[in-house]
Amino acid sequence: MPVEQITFWLFSAVLIASALRVITARNPVHSVLFLVLCFFTAAGLWLLLEAEFLGILLVLVYVGAVMVLFLFVVMMLDINLEPLREGFVRYLPLGILVGVVMIAQLALILGPGHFGEEYYAMPERAPADYSNTEHLGQVLYTEYLYHFEIAAVILLVAIIAAISLTLRKRPETTNYQSPSEQVRVGKSDRLRIVPMDSEKRE
Amino acid sequence: MIPLSHFLILAAALFSIGVAGIFLNRKNIIVLLMSIELMLLAVNMNFVAFSFFLEDIAGQIFVFFILTVAAAEAAIGLAILVALFRNRGTINVGDLDSLRG
Repeated sequence: MPVEQITFWLFSAVLIASALRVITARNPVHSVLFLVLCFFTAAGLWLLLEAEFLGILLVLVYVGAVMVLFLFVVMMLDINLEPLREGFVRYLPLGILVGVVMIAQLALILGPGHFGEEYYAMPERAPADYSNTEHLGQVLYTEYLYHFEIAAVILLVAIIAAISLTLRKRPETTNYQSPSEQVRVGKSDRLRIVPMDSEKRE
Repeated sequence: MIPLSHFLILAAALFSIGVAGIFLNRKNIIVLLMSIELMLLAVNMNFVAFSFFLEDIAGQIFVFFILTVAAAEAAIGLAILVALFRNRGTINVGDLDSLRG
């Protein structure tokens, strides 16, 4: 069996098993960790599909930033897990039924009957000096430049939204400097002129 | 030699697991968000597979943008979750009925 096939079947098995553990794990921290394993194996499969840049991007950005953010939130919140599990056993048959029916329907359409080797032959492997990153960059910064800038704006919106949602006004009892008030201060705020009659020296 | 259908069925299985996860963990908002991440991963897998087999780089560009939007979605979703937990002290979906929807 060639190494490509071994890689594919091994990574697929790990991917499906860890995805199942994501939705069935009792502890959300374990779910997040299995999701990290999912992303790692998916990145391996993408390397098999010659999407090297996206594979590394998935590990660095997605696992390194988004999943760590998930882990942060899950570990920061002190959650009582018991009420969150209720309904799991009750909906287990329905969940399995929906999942199996969906896989069966999709497999009927996406199976070898329509997307097999005779319809989509595997293309030639790219030569050793081919750079996926360079190719991606050349297309991204020319044809898709406008979309790229919109993506940047979306990230900016996400930053502002996340900060404004979690920002808390500090209570009045804490002492802190307000730079805007300090700058806006005028003479009348600091100096009070008290009118009084002058007195004679005796 | 791996046919395209293998990758498509793998992505379909991943997507179905994500949908089943939404059914099973309907009380826990964190696992709901993670199920959405799984479904997005399945979609990305489809894009990358088609990009390779059709020899068209546009699929990978699209995955790039999906990853951007998914990261924004996860950041805002988790920020809402933290704000929710601070105000209500719970993340149980069953208790979040103040809108009476």
